[in-house]
Amino acid sequence: MSEPSTGSGRASSGYFLGIDVGSWSTKAVLVDGHKSIAGKAMRRSGADLKAAIEECRAEVLKQASVAAEDVKRTVATGFGREVVGFADGVRTEISCHARGAFHHFPKEMTVIDIGGQDNKVIRVSQKGKHISFRMNRKCAAGTGAFLEEVALKLSIPLEQFTGLSRKSTKKLQIGSFCTVFTSTEVLSLVRKGEKKEDIVRGLLASVAARIMEMEPISGTVVITGGVIAYNPGLRDIFEQDYGLKVEVPPDPQYCGALGAALYASD
Amino acid sequence: MAAKRVEIRASGALKQVMALHFEEIREAAEEGKGKVAWCTSVGPAELLQAMGFRVYFPENHGAILGTSRASADFIPAAVAAGYSPEICSYLTSDVGGYLKGETPLKKLYGFKAIPRPDVLVYNTNQCRDVQDWFSFYQREFKVPLIGVSTPHPVPELEESHIKGVEEQMEALVEPLEKVAGFRLDRDALRKAVRLSRECSDLWKEVLMTGSAVPSPLTFFDECIQMGPAVVMRGRQEAVDYYRLLLDEMRQRIKDGVAAVEAEKLRLYWDGMPVWGRLRDLSELFAGLRTCVVVSTYCNSWIFDELDASRPFYSMAKAYTKLFINRTEKIKEDYIRGLVRDFKADGIIFHDSKTCPNNANSRYGMPQRFAKEGIAALVINGDLCDLRFYSDVQVKTSIEAFAEQLGEK
Repeated sequence: MSEPSTGSGRASSGYFLGIDVGSWSTKAVLVDGHKSIAGKAMRRSGADLKAAIEECRAEVLKQASVAAEDVKRTVATGFGREVVGFADGVRTEISCHARGAFHHFPKEMTVIDIGGQDNKVIRVSQKGKHISFRMNRKCAAGTGAFLEEVALKLSIPLEQFTGLSRKSTKKLQIGSFCTVFTSTEVLSLVRKGEKKEDIVRGLLASVAARIMEMEPISGTVVITGGVIAYNPGLRDIFEQDYGLKVEVPPDPQYCGALGAALYASD
Repeated sequence: MAAKRVEIRASGALKQVMALHFEEIREAAEEGKGKVAWCTSVGPAELLQAMGFRVYFPENHGAILGTSRASADFIPAAVAAGYSPEICSYLTSDVGGYLKGETPLKKLYGFKAIPRPDVLVYNTNQCRDVQDWFSFYQREFKVPLIGVSTPHPVPELEESHIKGVEEQMEALVEPLEKVAGFRLDRDALRKAVRLSRECSDLWKEVLMTGSAVPSPLTFFDECIQMGPAVVMRGRQEAVDYYRLLLDEMRQRIKDGVAAVEAEKLRLYWDGMPVWGRLRDLSELFAGLRTCVVVSTYCNSWIFDELDASRPFYSMAKAYTKLFINRTEKIKEDYIRGLVRDFKADGIIFHDSKTCPNNANSRYGMPQRFAKEGIAALVINGDLCDLRFYSDVQVKTSIEAFAEQLGEK
């Protein structure tokens, strides 16, 4: 992802805004007429989605020194896409993550979007079209919400997960279908005296395992979404345990918003 | 997205037919004007009609509980009584409502309670739950519980399958005669089978109008319009109703009237309806300019085999040959044929949590279709228990599927 411009010059063909209202965070990406990123912003979605949306919009406009009327088109995505009242169009996060990932890696690939409340496995053609997708079942296990829940129980900040998991020397199997059961499994491991770093690796591995059972996955894999942004150690698991070649775009949590902005620019 | 819905004019007559059905049952149960037989939805209704029973279908009641969203209040009562929340949610909704003494039939049709049965008649051709369901009421009401155990699943239909079911159906006559208080009139049975076949043929023609481009009706219309085919088959009123509906659909085709304005995509729906979200889903698809033109579910009340000259044999054949009672390969071929005939762009598989027998996505079928180039989407949900259904996930899945098909 190119760095945000300082707003020194305005692209002649105007600007295009993508807003991704996710369950955990709201993201905005502004691109210019050359599809270069002119601004990006993120806020917790919280209970006031409209405030998060407005703050993100205001921030990207400020970063690019662009007035709201210079935005020619806005596309909204994410679970709260319908809340973006000023959007000119909506696209699902499935199409937007595919589009954003293809912008960085223009080839046939499988996109794995690991979000706060759901996971998606999206197959993208060599022309950049999403040709099929799978979403996880209605269950938090294997999602960002699951990691948050367990991190809280273990009193280990999420941002320490990657560092800890990279120190792991033992592969532990954790993998119930349900977050509550998994928490019980984890507490059993704690009682058994298993090391914190092995438990954390086991947790990340359980996320990967839940995704790997959604669909046979091979070839180029691009991981997007907030979970990989904060837990880059997850990439190691996909590579070490499943032999996949994994790419992660810069700022993977912005991939959906970028895709939305690119759709806006079409 | 605002979606313009085209109302079906015949629906006024539909309400009258359904009101007649329930009024006859209410009079029998509450005023002693006849006997009430409970029947599973693909049970031997013609036999019961021929013997003058007022035929009540608890699965129809289950659909009403789902549509009215009363299920959410009733299921917990059945669960508390020991019925798993993972078995048929028609059953748990219905049993829960009974335990609470509640039913929407009070408000809709003036019932005091669900109609007390004089006899309970099942056919296991669709699932075993119906037998357990009726067993509950057998214990409650202390009335005869009789039925047919159909071989399941049936690959190619063989004479032995049909004969076995035919014998079981004939064996129902004697206990039914005891309850009815008179002998079966074989001519009345032939008449009921003839009328049922006429109803089936007309219903099939109505459904086939969905193959027109654009389609004059949607799966969501059909879920409502199918009422008489389920509860009034074997009666003249059902035949008359479908003639009226068919005329309207044919006129729509002539006039180029589309059920979904500016139809862009056409889909197949497999599995049960999500009764509590019929309207929402109908509007969602209409907003995507997508028409669900054909379904496994609504086609399940087509009984091509019914033959008035051989009533028991043909009933046995028709009710054993049902889609739901067949093997995976036969189901797959059937769906593929309809996708082709209805020019569907893809298939939505509703994996209904509590109705595994009517969920065909669990043994790799969507993936096999995808390999053939037939796009398929699986959504998780349920027929009545909306706790198994996520509005947000389903909406996103369906919209993404429409985007995917639109990008082709």
